[in-house]
Amino acid sequence: MSMSERLAELLAFDSKGGAEPMAACALAPEEQRPPHSGQPYVDLRGASLVYGSGGEQMLAIDRLDLQVGQGEFVAVVGPSGCGKSTLMKLVTGLLQPDAGAVFIQGQKVTGPVRNVGMAFQNSTLLPWRTTLENVLLPFELVKPHRQRIRRHHAEYRARAMHLLDVVGLKDFAEKYPWELSGGMQQRANVCRALVHQPPLLMLDEPFGALDAFTREELWLLTQQLWLKQRFSAILVTHDLREAVFLADRVIVLSKRPGRIILERRVDLPRPRSLAHTYEPAFSEIVHEIRDTILEARA
Amino acid sequence: MKTSTNVARQAWVPWVTTLALLVLWQIVAMVLGSASLMLPAPTAIAQSIGQHYDVIWPNALQTLYTTGLGFGLAVALGMVFGLAIGASSLIYRGVYPLLIAFNAVPKVALVPIFVLWFGIGTLPAVVTAFSLAVFPIIVNVATGLSTIDAEMEDVMRSLGATRWDILTKVGIPRMAPYLFASLKIAITLAFVGSVLSETIASNEGIGFLMQAASSRFDVPLVFAGVIVIAAMAVIAYQLCEVIEGRFTHWAKRGK
Ligand SMILES: Nc1ncnc2c1ncn2[C@@H]1O[C@H](COP(=O)(O)OP(=O)(O)OP(=O)(O)O)[C@@H](O)[C@H]1O
Ligand SMILES: [Mg+2]
Repeated sequence: MSMSERLAELLAFDSKGGAEPMAACALAPEEQRPPHSGQPYVDLRGASLVYGSGGEQMLAIDRLDLQVGQGEFVAVVGPSGCGKSTLMKLVTGLLQPDAGAVFIQGQKVTGPVRNVGMAFQNSTLLPWRTTLENVLLPFELVKPHRQRIRRHHAEYRARAMHLLDVVGLKDFAEKYPWELSGGMQQRANVCRALVHQPPLLMLDEPFGALDAFTREELWLLTQQLWLKQRFSAILVTHDLREAVFLADRVIVLSKRPGRIILERRVDLPRPRSLAHTYEPAFSEIVHEIRDTILEARA
Repeated sequence: MKTSTNVARQAWVPWVTTLALLVLWQIVAMVLGSASLMLPAPTAIAQSIGQHYDVIWPNALQTLYTTGLGFGLAVALGMVFGLAIGASSLIYRGVYPLLIAFNAVPKVALVPIFVLWFGIGTLPAVVTAFSLAVFPIIVNVATGLSTIDAEMEDVMRSLGATRWDILTKVGIPRMAPYLFASLKIAITLAFVGSVLSETIASNEGIGFLMQAASSRFDVPLVFAGVIVIAAMAVIAYQLCEVIEGRFTHWAKRGK
């Protein structure tokens, strides 16, 4: 079965309704977050971040203004070390800005933001857990699942297994991370970020270590899930095609300290297919972003 | 080629080396002849073990008991201290120098103090075993906790994990291999502590038995005590290794 067929199955599975075990625990994300309510989901206002203290201070992010709408998919590109990962940490409240402020749904961020899905470049699977147990981790932590998982374990297990099936890891559910290839680990990592249907998804170069084909498959997967769940997302990537394929808007950051040097809206229709990436309209956007980055480097 | 016969052969190696050592020992003792009074042959030691079986047995149990108790306390308190030190840099700064100082003190010098405090017999032996065994456990538990990947912690925190969640779901599993590695060291040190204390201040235990035997110039019995202690330590060590394998199979990477 191809990946897209599996996807179709997943989507069908979700929409069947009451009879399926999943319907009982689905959070009905659409109801909770109407697609456009005016207020941005993520709102950075003049946020700066300084690393180090005393004589060795270093400005990683300089007065950054960035809004991400509810259900919007934003990609961030920029040279290595410009502060992209730092930006992710600011948005999720893992770091507090030294100046300016970060708001999520209008609320000022003062500590780690709960219920965010995160996937990093190096997979952060827990080595003592099997793939399945790793994917179940968010359910053990995020409310209201953490109170329910003990009693409804089979239901959550089915949900995790289904997602693993979609990314082709069903047969590896009981294997440990070190028994998986790098690409498989990365797929499991993305599953874990998505499984609890978080309202905000943060992807820090999650497909970087994958081969081109797997990577493109995961683009399709991410797009499908996004079309279905309409979470807000920030994707950090070095791959401009990836950025343009997935995002509604591409942000280009300058060298450190990171400042926005280009904001490019991508108005290509969805769902986008891989064939689209070879069309002139697509290439044009990629080239425009590329030129901006090259100029900034010079 | 890595075959199962190869593995089976490897399982024999420790027995072969032990046997070789015993044979060598036997030959040296026989060559020394009557001078072997100070180095009894393995056969003489075996004979002594058979002869004094009724004395060795209860004393071995006593040593096992004090060692086990000291070791158990060391594991429990060592984990508590280790977790506290690993989890809080304030506690680390405050306590670590004291720990190092305590560890540097030769425990032989402490036994008389323990005797003053606890009398002679079981209690000072337990305390000495504990005081020797606890340090490696504390250090390893604290080290294990400090190896938590920052990104892993970030993922946990962004899922709303509490400090307790992070400790139980990441901290303790992460530190487990370090803990088990330290148990193997700690158990042997606990035996050293027990026997040390029994030698100085007790009227039971293998340490006492060896002390008494040596004052009667019953050299084979002294060596019998050595052999019994060594055997108990090896078995306890193997046991720790089996438990370690059970709990940390994930850290052993497939072959
Ligand atoms: N914990 C830290 N302490 C001190 N400096 C840091 C820390 N983390 C990052 N930096 C510095 O901040 C700058 C931005 O780092 P960041 O990780 O955000 O870059 P990045 O854009 O994600 O790079 P890459 O594309 O290579 O992942 C870098 O110069 C880095 O050296
Ligand atoms: Mg980065």
